[in-house]
Amino acid sequence: MVIARRAFLALALLVAGLPASGEEKFITVASTTSTEQSGLFGYLLPMYEKQTGVKVHVVALGTGQALDVARRGDADVVFVHARSAEEKFLAEGEGVKRYPVMYNDFVLIGPKSDPAKVGGGRDILEAFRKVQAAHAPFVSRGDRSGTHIAELALWKDAGIDLDKAKGPWYRDTGQGMGPALNTAASMGAYILSDRGTWLAFKNRADLTILVEGDKRLFNQYGVMLVNPEKHPNVKKALGQQFIDWLISPAGQKTIAEYKIDGEQLFYPNASDPGA
Amino acid sequence: MSSVGQAAVEALRLVAGADPKLLDIVGLSLRVSLTAVFLSCLVGLPVGATVAVSRFPGRRATIVVLNALMGLPPVVVGLAVYLLLSRAGPLGALGLLFTPTAMVIAQAILITPIIAALARQVVEDAWVEYRDQLRSLGERRFGAATTLLWDLRFSLVTIVLAGFGRAAAEVGAVIIVGGNIDGVTRVMTTAIALETSKGDLPLALGLGLILVTIVLALNAAASVVKETAQRRYG
Amino acid sequence: MHGPRSLLPLRLESLAFEARGRRIIDGVSLTLEAGPRTVIVGPNGAGKSVLLRLCHGLLRPTAGRIAWNAPELPGEPRRQAMVFQRPVLLRRSTLANITHALAVAQVPRASRDSRAREALAKVGLAALAPHPARVLSGGEQQRVALARAWALRPEVLFLDEPSANLDPGATHEIERIIGAMHTAGTKIVLVTHNLGQARRMGDEILFLLQGRVVERASTEAFFKQPASREAAQFLEGELPW
Repeated sequence: MVIARRAFLALALLVAGLPASGEEKFITVASTTSTEQSGLFGYLLPMYEKQTGVKVHVVALGTGQALDVARRGDADVVFVHARSAEEKFLAEGEGVKRYPVMYNDFVLIGPKSDPAKVGGGRDILEAFRKVQAAHAPFVSRGDRSGTHIAELALWKDAGIDLDKAKGPWYRDTGQGMGPALNTAASMGAYILSDRGTWLAFKNRADLTILVEGDKRLFNQYGVMLVNPEKHPNVKKALGQQFIDWLISPAGQKTIAEYKIDGEQLFYPNASDPGA
Repeated sequence: MSSVGQAAVEALRLVAGADPKLLDIVGLSLRVSLTAVFLSCLVGLPVGATVAVSRFPGRRATIVVLNALMGLPPVVVGLAVYLLLSRAGPLGALGLLFTPTAMVIAQAILITPIIAALARQVVEDAWVEYRDQLRSLGERRFGAATTLLWDLRFSLVTIVLAGFGRAAAEVGAVIIVGGNIDGVTRVMTTAIALETSKGDLPLALGLGLILVTIVLALNAAASVVKETAQRRYG
Repeated sequence: MHGPRSLLPLRLESLAFEARGRRIIDGVSLTLEAGPRTVIVGPNGAGKSVLLRLCHGLLRPTAGRIAWNAPELPGEPRRQAMVFQRPVLLRRSTLANITHALAVAQVPRASRDSRAREALAKVGLAALAPHPARVLSGGEQQRVALARAWALRPEVLFLDEPSANLDPGATHEIERIIGAMHTAGTKIVLVTHNLGQARRMGDEILFLLQGRVVERASTEAFFKQPASREAAQFLEGELPW
């Protein structure tokens, strides 16, 4: 089955690749800063290129921005981590189909001094309530990224109306994960981060993981081909080839093999029907 | 002090190792900015010189606008060019977004006013000396502009260097139209921005040191050439 | 000499020029003919330079007419030239300065080099052809300026105190060259402060005072017996400088 699909793709590639021949083959993937900054792409893509000869150009933005880039037809594939935003994208007819690829988790980062006393807990909603009650400084990405969307959902689930509860303690920075971590490090604030970016982050100052493991911190990544019917310039065959590789056993194995300091970052789950 | 020290160590490590990725990034930075400067001079020098030697209605307003455009914010130019080159935009069919060409276009738009405005000033200052003689010979405005551009070439070197410096230093425009794609549109400034956001400050600073050194070296070389030629020609 | 297509004679009719509220040229009417070398003298501020610039087209009169016999048309090569007190040369070789002027005058490319060298030879600077022009001495630069004018073969040559900044030796050279150009057929109109030069170089003298031509006479007559009181005072050095 997989072999037949690959053969078909190779043929389709040959046919589809001809008009663009004379130029190197590449696709444009709009993805998130967390996938780029965790180093996953730096590990994954050279392998893919070697195997298929197709270069993958990754434009790393926040989830919201990545989907907007795709809506303008400036990307062939989107690879983000905010299911609600992805479903909306599909409902608009902008994407063809959503494939789950992998998950990682979010962690609540904070200063070692832990003024809100959340360290060691396993309930993220309780931790959020404690942070708000203590008015401890909290840095939000504020940029419609997958992380930001997840953070807002957690506040809501914790029963906190952010608009009312917001104060000088809540720092809405409008930045990517890395810069937001920099900001949190310099002001000793709490921040919700994906584990991948945190593991790759070098400017930790006084910060450490305080809360992890809650199922609600589970962060699912999905990949979609941008709808070629809406955007005729989309490289349909090459884009689908990349998606197929990501969810193939080989691709999934490669994702699982990516580690920082011996620690696995992303857990492949393309075969999970509920993802 | 120690972070600067770390940065210097990082910089030396990268340079000594002749890291191929670094070489690619430096090479792309130079290609993009030098091409942008070249295009800007092609347009900016003649425009500036012609405005300097001409009289026409609205001349003063033109000069004010030209000078003001020197302060175009790179990120605004980047956004405008992005909207132009996006597939959803008027020039989308060219497929130039997220390519080095888009970066060249954005930087050229950014620096052309700088070249034009400064050239205008330099040529206008010299026009006082040359005007009667060139008009005596019968040279009219475009000829005079060309003659003066060549005669003032040593002063113009400084202007070109200013334009190049501005191009090589900016990040706002190229990061939007280029997308900072690893191996494709990553230049020194966007790499520094990326490493900073990843928290790898020594590496970011190290790259910064390398960038500054390269620009310094280019300026020094241009200066030497200029001084020698200037002494010869007077 | 006068021909139907020659620039001369030049007729100035009630010419006036005003700047910053001052009348610098105040009603000049005269005719300049081909042939005699015309020298314009007068005290400082008389308007001599301005008169030259008006005739040469560098300034526009505020009143009156400048009527050439067959005027130059825009876009056509100039048939008159001017040499200024301070020579303005380009940052190029001496030869290139002259070929540039020839190019502006639309002389065909093939003849520019030889014409330029010929002009340099006439002023005795053939050896300096490849030399950067701006580093030459004042006298040499002025000779280059004259060579440039000569290469253009102008019908009229205006000179605005060409040797004011030069030593006697260089001045002598300049005068020789001007004389040679005159012999070759160019009308000379020279402004000078140097009365000795006026005597040597002029066939007729125009005496300008406060923007008016107060006297016009042959050189001999002017210096021997000036007709106007002001001219007499001027020659005695009594007029305010």
